This record gives sequence, structure tokens and C-alpha cells, in this order.
Amino acid sequence: MSVKAKHDRGCLVVSLCGELDLKTAGELKATVDPALLETRTAPTVVLDLSGVNFMDSSGMGAILGRYRTVSQMGGKLAVCSLTPQLRKLFELTGLTRIIPVFASQDDAVVGLQGGE
Amino acid sequence: MHSINRVKMSFQARPDNVGFARVAVACFASQRDDLTVDDIEDIKLVVSEAVSNAIIHGYSGDESKYVTVDCTLYDEGIEVVVEDQGKGMEDVDKAREPAFTTHPERMGMGMTLMEALMTRFEVTSQLGQGTRVVLFKAFGGQGGTDDGTDQE
Repeated sequence: MSVKAKHDRGCLVVSLCGELDLKTAGELKATVDPALLETRTAPTVVLDLSGVNFMDSSGMGAILGRYRTVSQMGGKLAVCSLTPQLRKLFELTGLTRIIPVFASQDDAVVGLQGGE
Repeated sequence: MHSINRVKMSFQARPDNVGFARVAVACFASQRDDLTVDDIEDIKLVVSEAVSNAIIHGYSGDESKYVTVDCTLYDEGIEVVVEDQGKGMEDVDKAREPAFTTHPERMGMGMTLMEALMTRFEVTSQLGQGTRVVLFKAFGGQGGTDDGTDQE
């Protein structure tokens, strides 16, 4: 599992690659949470899941945990670039009704800045 | 049902072994070419959920304990039994409710996913004795109960 973070137009963009499960879910928290503490304004965060080839509810719990943290800070979090398998998982668990989903990283950055 | 092949494995209750378990079961299941890629992905997901539950809830992270996964291929489908000898659950029905969780960083959707993706899903648990999860995926949408009744 690799987790890479960058800033794009004021958004924290985190790209995940590999399998997100019980073993690796902590890596997402370990990358995102310190970056959130550095922000002085309400954060906007995009999680790019295009490289995730497996995810279970441990991974989804880690994403939901970050969503809650960002929301409590008055910010916004979205995910983008879901594979068909991940989209099915998000729909089965109802996460698509909570977390905004975008087709691409660019759409997500623009969408969050536009207040969607 | 007529058993074609069976494999049983036991491994330490470590997060590292969640991936091992799901890939091993997927490899075993792929002996049957009537399973689709989606079926295999579903099996990987539910095995991951059941083994993670055993590690987190059954053993509360005690890595010296063991999880057992017993897989059987039948003419009608594949059965995967995931067992731990951990602390067990007081109320299985409560645990099966969507979004029920005792951990803030978890979704509480593991059992919901197992129920949604499998033809048959059973949980038995005894406090202080452990938990046994039975997952059955029928081939080609067949019903899969031992008594021959259809599930869907």
C-alpha cells in the first residue's frame, strides 16, 4: 500500500495505491491526519482511489474516519476515480450517500472548490 | 451436497494474514471455472471481513491466537467457514445490524456485506467460546442450502 499526498489548488490530494484493509488502513490515517493538523483553514481533501485494487470495510472505515475528522474541522472530503468493484462496495454500504464521489481527481478538486 | 475438494488452514490472528487468507481462498475457489471474476471478488471481500472480525473482535488484537479457515468445493458452490476461539458475541442479531460497531474507526458493515454478497450466511457464537461464520456462494446463481431449497 502506498499513500502519497500533494497540494493542488488549495486541496490536499491523497493518492492511494494497493490494497486497503485491516493491515493498511492505518497508513491512510497516518498520512492524512498530520497534514490536516497543519492546515489553518477548513481543509478540502480529495482521496484518489484509482490505484486501489482491493478494499474492505476496514478501508472504508478509515475513509469514513477521515471524512468525520474533516467535517468536524468545517472542511470537505471527497473520493474520486473508483473502480467498478469499489463503486459497488460504496453503494452496498451506503457510503455514496455520505461522501461525494467524482469521476476524476480534477473533477473532485473543482467540485469541492465550487461548493458541491 | 457432494464434496469435490477441501482445504483447511490455520494462521495467527495478525492483520498481515487477512490478505493471505482472502488470496488463498480465491485461489482455491478459482479451480471452478464457472465462478465469474465478480464472484471471486465477492469471496475475497467476505473472507477479508470474516477474518478481520475474528482478529479485531474475537481476539481483540491478541496475535498469539489462531483463526481457522475451512473451504469446501461442492458441485453446487463453495463454502468457507471462518472460526475463532475468542471472546464470542453476546448478541449475534445485534452484531448483524447494519452500522453496528464497537470501534470508532470501523463501519460496522462487515456482516451486512457478507449477507448481501453470499447465497447463504450464518453466524453462531458463544461468549467465551468463539465465533463461527459460514459463507456459501452458489455457482451460477443456484440455491445452496444443504436441504436443497433455493435461497433466492
